[in-house]
Amino acid sequence: MTKLWKKYILWFAQEHVDFRVAEFESIVKLFNIQFRHLTEHRLKPFWMVEFPNDETALQYASRSVALRSIIELYSHAHTIPEFHERLRAHVDLHRGELNVHFKANSFKVTVETYNKHFSQREKVEKIESMDYLPIAGAVNLKNPLVEWWYLEFWGMDATAVPATPEDILFGRMLTQGQRHLIQQLSLKQRKFIGNTSMDAQLSLLMANQAMVRDGDLVFDPFVGTGSLLVSAAKFGGYVLGADIDFMMIHARCRPSRISQKVRDKDESIRANLKQYGCADRYMDVLVADFSNPLWQTRIAFDSIITDPPYGIREATEKVENKSNAKENTRTAEMAHYPSTSHYSLQNLYADLLQFSATHLKLGGRLVCWLPFHRDDYDETMLPQHTHLRLVANSEQPLAGNTARRLLTYEKHLEYSDCPSQSIGGAPTQDFRDRYFNTNCAVESRQERRMRKAALREEGRLAMELRGKLHIDGRAKKCDLNKARFD
Amino acid sequence: MKLSTYNFLTSMAIKGVKVGYPLKLTISKKDVVESEFNPVFIERLLPKLDWSAVYGAAQVAELAEDIPATQPENISDDEQLLQRLHHLLFEIDVLEGQMECPETGRIFPITDGIPNMLLNEDEV
Repeated sequence: MTKLWKKYILWFAQEHVDFRVAEFESIVKLFNIQFRHLTEHRLKPFWMVEFPNDETALQYASRSVALRSIIELYSHAHTIPEFHERLRAHVDLHRGELNVHFKANSFKVTVETYNKHFSQREKVEKIESMDYLPIAGAVNLKNPLVEWWYLEFWGMDATAVPATPEDILFGRMLTQGQRHLIQQLSLKQRKFIGNTSMDAQLSLLMANQAMVRDGDLVFDPFVGTGSLLVSAAKFGGYVLGADIDFMMIHARCRPSRISQKVRDKDESIRANLKQYGCADRYMDVLVADFSNPLWQTRIAFDSIITDPPYGIREATEKVENKSNAKENTRTAEMAHYPSTSHYSLQNLYADLLQFSATHLKLGGRLVCWLPFHRDDYDETMLPQHTHLRLVANSEQPLAGNTARRLLTYEKHLEYSDCPSQSIGGAPTQDFRDRYFNTNCAVESRQERRMRKAALREEGRLAMELRGKLHIDGRAKKCDLNKARFD
Repeated sequence: MKLSTYNFLTSMAIKGVKVGYPLKLTISKKDVVESEFNPVFIERLLPKLDWSAVYGAAQVAELAEDIPATQPENISDDEQLLQRLHHLLFEIDVLEGQMECPETGRIFPITDGIPNMLLNEDEV
C-alpha cells in the first residue's frame, strides 16, 4: 500500500517547551494519528512532520495548546537562493492543486522571524522577493481567505545570532492551534479562583496529557477551586472533584484577589463551569479526605487529573486517629471540625498511585504534579507503582531552586490485590521542610512552632515589664478570620 | 449532589465498617437542573452503577415508577429508559439532605448541594 504523505510545519509557541513532545504524543495517541517526523531537533519553535492528510493535521490542531499554527509546507531550505529555487519548483509541480489557493479573492502574507527582529520595510522586501508566485487576489490583512506564512529561523541562541538564517520556510496556513483557549479560560476573568488555581495553559496541557475526550469521567481528588476541572470539561469530560477543605469547596475561604474583601455569594466551582458553557459537564464536588476510602469499587475513572497540595500555599493534611488526642472538650451540640494532621508528600503520592491503580479504567491516565528541589532530582525519586507506567515527565521551573514535574502515568495492568506490587520512589525528605529550611538546619515543624511560641511569650513578658500593653498579632488575625463568618 | 454521585459513595472509611453501602439517603430540598441528554455517556456509566442503589435513589426522589426494580437487559436499546435515567441521575440535584451509614448510623450531611464525607479523627 502506498500512502501519500503530506508535509506540514508545526509552528509552536516557545513557552513550556519541555511539555511539547509529551503533548504531541498524547494527542497523536488520543486520535490514533499516524505521523512521521522530518526534523530531529525537538526544541526548535518548528517541527516538520508528515501526516497522511489534512484531516489528521486538523485533528491534532483541534487539541494542541502548545501549537500556534499548522502550515502546509511548500518550501524549506537552509539558504535563500535554494529556498526560492525549491519554492518555484514546488509551485510548478503542483500548479493544478495549488491554483485554488493562489486564485483566492484575498490573501495575506505573515512574515515570522525567530531570534532576529526585522522592520516592517524589511519584511515587505522579503514578501516581494517571492513575486514570482502566481497570487491573484487582493491583500486583506483582517480577513484573508488564504494566509501565507514566510518563516525564518535564526538559531536558538540570542547571544550568537548567525549571519544568515538557518532555516527558511514557506507555506499556506492550514489552521491555528488552541492557544485562544488560554485567553478564554484566563484566571483573570474567572469567577472563583484561589491561591493555588492552576493557570489556564497548564491545566489545558494536563487535560491533553490525560487524553480527555467527550463523555469521559474525570476526577480530581484535590480539587481546590476546580481549575483542572475547567479544562477537562472544556474537552468534553464529565468532572467530579473532592477536597478536604470545606471552606474552599463552599467558596467561603478568604478571597485571593487583592481588590476583593469578601467572596461573592454565587462563587463556586459550578459557576466556573457555567461561565465557560460547560455546566452540563459538572457532576459534583464533595468534601472528603483523600487518605480514607470513599468510593464504591465498581467506579472506574477514565482519568485522574490533580495537583496535590505541596504544603507551601496549601497545607497537606488528613484526618487521623490521634493517640495523644487532647482532652475532649466539645459537647454534643457543638459543631465539630475534625482536627487534621500532617500528610507527608511521600504518603500522599503513595496513596495517590494506589488509588489510581484501583480506580482507573485500564489504559486510563493519572496526571499529577510533583514538586522537588532541583539538587535532589533523579529518576529514582519519582513515585512508582507496578500497575502504572510512567509515560511522560516534563519539568516546569519554579522559584529559586525548586521545580515541579508533570507526571503522566498510564494504567497498564488490571488491578489485583496481589502482594507482589511495589510502590517505590517518592522523595525521602518532605518538600515543605526542605523549602523553609534553606540553610539546611534540621528543625521539625513542631520544634519550629514551639520555638516561635516561646519567642512570643518572651516578648510579651518583656513588654509587660516595661509597662506596655501587649498586642497579640496572631490572636488579632485569628479574630479577623472568625469575623468573616459571622 | 447528583444521584449519580450518590451511587458511588460509601462509608467504608469509618472504623469497623465493612461495606458501608448503599447509604440511606434523605432529601429535604432538591432542585431540577436541566442538562443535555448524552446517551453515550449514560451507557458508559451503566456498568459502574449499582442498580439497587439507582432504584433506591429513585424511590427517595419519588421517581420509582420510572425505574424498574431490577436492571433490565439491553438498556442501551431503550431510549426512553435512558432518558429517565438521565433525568434521575443528572438532573435531580439534592441541595439539602443527608446520607446515613447503614452499619453505624453515622450521618453525612449535604449542604448547598455539597455532601460532607469528612469523618472526625476518632472515627477513622
